[in-house]
Amino acid sequence: MRFTKLLTIVLVGVGLLGMFGTVLADDLSGQLEIFSWWAGDEGPALQALIDIYNAQHPGVNLINATVTGGSGVNAKAVLKTRMLGGNPPDSFQVHAGQELIGTWVKADRMEDLTSLFQQEGWTDVFPAGLIKLLSTDAGIWSVPVNIHRSNVMWYISANLVQWGVQAPNTWADFLAIAPQLQAQGIIPLALATNWTANHLWESVALGVLGPEKWQDLWDGTLSFTSPEAVAVWDMFGKILQYTNDDAASLSWQQATDMVVNGKAAFNVMGDWAAGYMSTTLGLTPGVDYAWSASAGTQGVFMMLSDSFGLPKGAPDRDNAIAWLEILGSKAGSDAFNPLKGSISARTDSDLSLYNAYSQSAAHDWQNDIVAGSLAHGVVANEGFMNDFATVMEMFLTSRDPQQAANACDAIARQNGIGE
Amino acid sequence: MRLTRDRIIAFSVLLPSLILIAVFVYGFIGQTVYISLTDWGKGAALAVNPQMHLIGFDNYKELFTSFLHGRFRQDLINAFFYTVSLVLGSLALGLFLAILLDREPRGEGIFRTIFLYPMSLSFIVTGTIWRWLLAPEGGVNVLPSFIGLPAGQFRWISSREQILTFDWQSIPAITAIVVSLVLIFLAVRTWRKGTHKRALIVAFPALLLILWAVFGQRMVPQMLPIPERHGFNLATIGVSIAAIWQFSGYTMALYLAGLRGVPVGLHEAARLDGATEIQYYMRVAFPILKPITLSAVIILAHISLKMFALIFAMAGPDNAATDHPAVLMYLTTFRGNKFALGASIAVILFLLVALFIIPYLISSYREQRRRAS
Repeated sequence: MRFTKLLTIVLVGVGLLGMFGTVLADDLSGQLEIFSWWAGDEGPALQALIDIYNAQHPGVNLINATVTGGSGVNAKAVLKTRMLGGNPPDSFQVHAGQELIGTWVKADRMEDLTSLFQQEGWTDVFPAGLIKLLSTDAGIWSVPVNIHRSNVMWYISANLVQWGVQAPNTWADFLAIAPQLQAQGIIPLALATNWTANHLWESVALGVLGPEKWQDLWDGTLSFTSPEAVAVWDMFGKILQYTNDDAASLSWQQATDMVVNGKAAFNVMGDWAAGYMSTTLGLTPGVDYAWSASAGTQGVFMMLSDSFGLPKGAPDRDNAIAWLEILGSKAGSDAFNPLKGSISARTDSDLSLYNAYSQSAAHDWQNDIVAGSLAHGVVANEGFMNDFATVMEMFLTSRDPQQAANACDAIARQNGIGE
Repeated sequence: MRLTRDRIIAFSVLLPSLILIAVFVYGFIGQTVYISLTDWGKGAALAVNPQMHLIGFDNYKELFTSFLHGRFRQDLINAFFYTVSLVLGSLALGLFLAILLDREPRGEGIFRTIFLYPMSLSFIVTGTIWRWLLAPEGGVNVLPSFIGLPAGQFRWISSREQILTFDWQSIPAITAIVVSLVLIFLAVRTWRKGTHKRALIVAFPALLLILWAVFGQRMVPQMLPIPERHGFNLATIGVSIAAIWQFSGYTMALYLAGLRGVPVGLHEAARLDGATEIQYYMRVAFPILKPITLSAVIILAHISLKMFALIFAMAGPDNAATDHPAVLMYLTTFRGNKFALGASIAVILFLLVALFIIPYLISSYREQRRRAS
């Protein structure tokens, strides 16, 4: 009998506590499942967002579902099986642009977020070029959390002085100074595994074509077999002569290391390299290492962005919208980005929170022309990107510009680029 | 067959697993084959109800004839070389180790454990270790510098060199010559046994095949619009070394068990007859080990056809020089969203594995029945 009494008291107590809890919280309750590939080094940045969410909506039980693996190699496969199996998370991380649109919007799996953008005033604070990359005629499809820059060339100023060269303004300049570097036993341009070749290619293409024609390629108005597009492969082949021959077995960090160690003069890599050099290697931006827009792309910001969207049939839709509101807010993006090493997509972010590199990137973001990255899913769908990796392997072996251009043309047709 | 109580019980005990296997193994094999015959993967592949139309064997045709799928064809060649090197390498090394241990050296138990240990690692672990060991400026390549030699320059897993290159168009001719060589070998053997008529029956198609390979090439339709060179990628050597390292301990264990199973009397009898150790192994032990070799070949061959994790961990997804159809299937399906094309690659791999497994199953089934009767 005594036991039953005790149990009753405990149960009533728990019930009262529960009621008390719901009184304190806002109207949201239940749970929210967030799917991303941010773990390890990127975990704290995600946690900062989760902390804000928990503080604003204590009634919601937030489930942080991460699948590790760089740029989401494994997470994307898991997400696809979940979506096909009819078990979508409430909100998932996806590279903004065609990686989202080509895979999920075309499949009619996402909800249009235009009204959320208008309600939160995001159409004014996000640059128009960015919103264009996130949209189709039918709507705006995801909320960008951060911005990374793809077209950055990294170097060590003191080393360049010692070798008697300057950071090249055009790829022709680079080809002029490269033999000079090679004669001194220096690798002119450090390269790593296959995807970094795609990454270099997009910077070369942007430099050779300029931002308008680059966009024309993806709108289908400029053919991949046009003389301009063949010239990109031609230039890319010439540049490859001045890269390290063990590229395929190196990680991108090892290519950055080659520049830091003075084995190589330049490296073209996204600005997560700044995070690596500042945080992991302990170098001071602007003092120990320097950067410029990669050759021929001054005044253009080739961007990629992690974003979150709202899948149709999300079990906790209201909670997910509350999550998206935080992601797009100034407070959310300024909590997340300094930790992630990226910059805010908003043009009104508080620059004093960021380091020297990020401040320069944020300055360029607010002033430059915006172009979308190919290697990181902005301008082309996943089918094209996957096939492009094969075309790249073909070119790395054959070094035949015309063949690569023809193959690009074929895969663009197959994957419906510019339709 | 009479329905006894015993049979009914036996059947109902087996039924759940029969149903599960029917659905989850054969059902899904069937579904994969079906998907490979559709155009799923065009446009909105991930829609709730993706549009699928039966398009016959178009996906297969594309894999073998479109110039965009040269990577797939090279992957098939790679798979062939992976299989050959894994089977031959592991058998030779395993047999060598087994013979050494068969001499019962001191500390045999320790050696046996050491040699067998790699088998217990997962492919991911093996791949990671060997990626470090075979890094361009680390591990194996710096070994020579310890004795004053220049460090090795070979790019173990990133070399783009190709040897033994041939045109894809000459595959039928090469196959015909290989098959006829095997037939001729069989013919010579039967001739020696004295069954001349049978030898001639075997030799005749071999002759026809050779004649066709030499003169009949023009009858083969042009398979690809442009000539396409394929060959043995040197970068696969690195992956093969890791795979052999992992499985030679396993073949060692198989062979050691076999060697221990040879009656001591046979060994002594051979010695009494004046056979040297080499003669003992060549004439007495190896023939007894033949069934073990056969099972080892089957097991290793089907492992090499499913070698995904090792390559993924060692060389990454986009290192085409070391690529394997299994890796390509994963990328095509889950990265490129081309489910139907990926299913076709999976079906081709399945058929290749079946090529090894089914004859083995048939022969072991026959063996069992012979023993039972």
